[in-house]
Amino acid sequence: MTGPILSIRNLTVEIPTRHGILRPVDGISYDIGRGEILGIVGESGAGKSMAGNAVIDLLSPPAHIAGGEIWVNGTRIDQLKGDAMRRLRGKEIGMVFQDPLTSLNPLLRIGDQLTETILAHLPLSRAQAKDRAIKALDEVGIPGATERINSYPHEFSGGMRQRVVIALALCAEPSLIIADEPTTALDVSVQAQIIALLKALCRNRGTAVMLITHDMGVIAEAADRVAVMYAGKLAELGAVRDVLGAPRHPYTDGLMGSTPLASRGKARLHQIPGAMPALDNLPQGCAFHPRCPYAQSICKTQMPTLADGDGAACFFPLPHTAEVA
Amino acid sequence: MPLVSVKNLTRIFDVSKPWLNRVIERRKKAFLTAVNDVSFEIEERSVYALVGESGSGKSTIGKMLVGLLQPSSGSVEIRGVDLARETDAAKIDGVRADIQMIFQDPFASLNPRWRVRDIIVEPVASRGKDTTGMAEKLLEQVGLSVRDAGKFPHEFSGGQRQRICIARALASEPKLIVCDEPTSALDVSVQAQVLNLMSDLRDEFGLTYLFISHDLTVVQHMADKVGVLYLGMLVEEAAPDELFDDPKHPYTQMLLDAAPKLGDYGRDVPPPVGEIPDPINPPTGCPYHPRCPLVQDVCRRDRPVLRKLRGARVACHMAE
Repeated sequence: MTGPILSIRNLTVEIPTRHGILRPVDGISYDIGRGEILGIVGESGAGKSMAGNAVIDLLSPPAHIAGGEIWVNGTRIDQLKGDAMRRLRGKEIGMVFQDPLTSLNPLLRIGDQLTETILAHLPLSRAQAKDRAIKALDEVGIPGATERINSYPHEFSGGMRQRVVIALALCAEPSLIIADEPTTALDVSVQAQIIALLKALCRNRGTAVMLITHDMGVIAEAADRVAVMYAGKLAELGAVRDVLGAPRHPYTDGLMGSTPLASRGKARLHQIPGAMPALDNLPQGCAFHPRCPYAQSICKTQMPTLADGDGAACFFPLPHTAEVA
Repeated sequence: MPLVSVKNLTRIFDVSKPWLNRVIERRKKAFLTAVNDVSFEIEERSVYALVGESGSGKSTIGKMLVGLLQPSSGSVEIRGVDLARETDAAKIDGVRADIQMIFQDPFASLNPRWRVRDIIVEPVASRGKDTTGMAEKLLEQVGLSVRDAGKFPHEFSGGQRQRICIARALASEPKLIVCDEPTSALDVSVQAQVLNLMSDLRDEFGLTYLFISHDLTVVQHMADKVGVLYLGMLVEEAAPDELFDDPKHPYTQMLLDAAPKLGDYGRDVPPPVGEIPDPINPPTGCPYHPRCPLVQDVCRRDRPVLRKLRGARVACHMAE
């Protein structure tokens, strides 16, 4: 297979409310290739989790996919329903959530949870499934997997639990993993372990990973490419080195400036004035223009689009020559 | 004289099961030492940061400083007054007014049924003082508008709520503000706004902060002195430049290596080994020895004492 594992085209998610239709995800497009980690970064409410949930059909009604296409391994999946989607979920797409405690069933031994998933997707006997579960636990670095398979979730620490969740997402060998804030609830040292694990799995198995996070540092370390979201739209898309090193969208630039950095010492942090607009109160034109230091009259009336492939959705991308700034 | 002086502070929690279970299951009482013999001082008008992972005891120290928890042993003296032992009510009252606290979750620390005006002036009103116009003035100082005084907390975003918490903390004109993870629940751009505001207010009012955080970059940005905690013990203390350029304790080195760095794209470093041990049955000797690359016999046997080493204080047998 040469094409991308996941391909999203013009994906739009809508939530009908009494006061009109909200679009938490508004026409985003990107691809994730084999063995690639795409970081999705943005502030709360930017729509990054919604986009992930839309791919695996976990939107909670009344939110629904209102337009666009989602392709996984060359198959269009956004219109699949019921059983067809259930077969795909877990088999082709694995999911890792933020809170490892709530994504495991506290009443079942982790071995039972793993074999249940394996048996649902692969034609194996119970004994073979158990072997496979042990192998999966081994792979994510849980010591003594043969014994720990009979433990309950509460017997694990937070980091170990997140490893179990990753094993669960991996056990049917999916080609895509969606990791929604997988390290946000963890300490830095454990976070480093989990990131290293995700990177190793991605490299060894060629699994594509959609890594959703608000932490620019995690993105810089783990991702190959990054998509910056703002108010439901992609603001900027490209290789991590380009986007974080030399941001073209003023929002990305502002985000980087407000992150405290060792090299900047105690200098005052850059502030983006204002806050992200509410979804029911989006400004005309570019959603970022009320906060943008470079906004011109065209930004207030027209919506900039992201050129096909990499780039920034901005009429006046950085770096600026003197006359524009 | 330092504003705050913490001496041999220890806090032990009883985490035993109920007595009937203990009798039936033949279990002993269990104790968790959350803070273990910690001593440090905070100079007036400086920012002292405590960093550590979950379970390191940083919040427990913050709570003992403001008097929300009583120490099991050791003492906290603020301007020479030990709140837990002082018997002169007037003295206690004077010191109490000088301490305020900002909590992590701005959604849980504001009463949803109170108007912002009442929330902000409460620390002053409860002492029976006049508060006319006070809330409005404070709101402007923290970057909100005068009209916000009549609103309820649910009408504000997370960052704005944290500003309200800061306004409330400023109302009684305190000397010391204990900030327990004040920006952990906020997005980076909002975090920048709140951190800048805190720096401005510190200059304007001559405040002293005890800044509790798990985020090393934030600590480096804010602090004048940093204390690193591990399993309830202070393992290293230094000025941020010293600490970040030349970490002396192996735990500090591990923390710095593990923190994600913006500049290092696709950085591949061996991740740290092991996890924080069970605080109910902590390791003997140095608490870090099971994970330490420099471990020797002496580390398993004796707990290292905090000693001076170049510009820092470090509790490690091997550091040099």
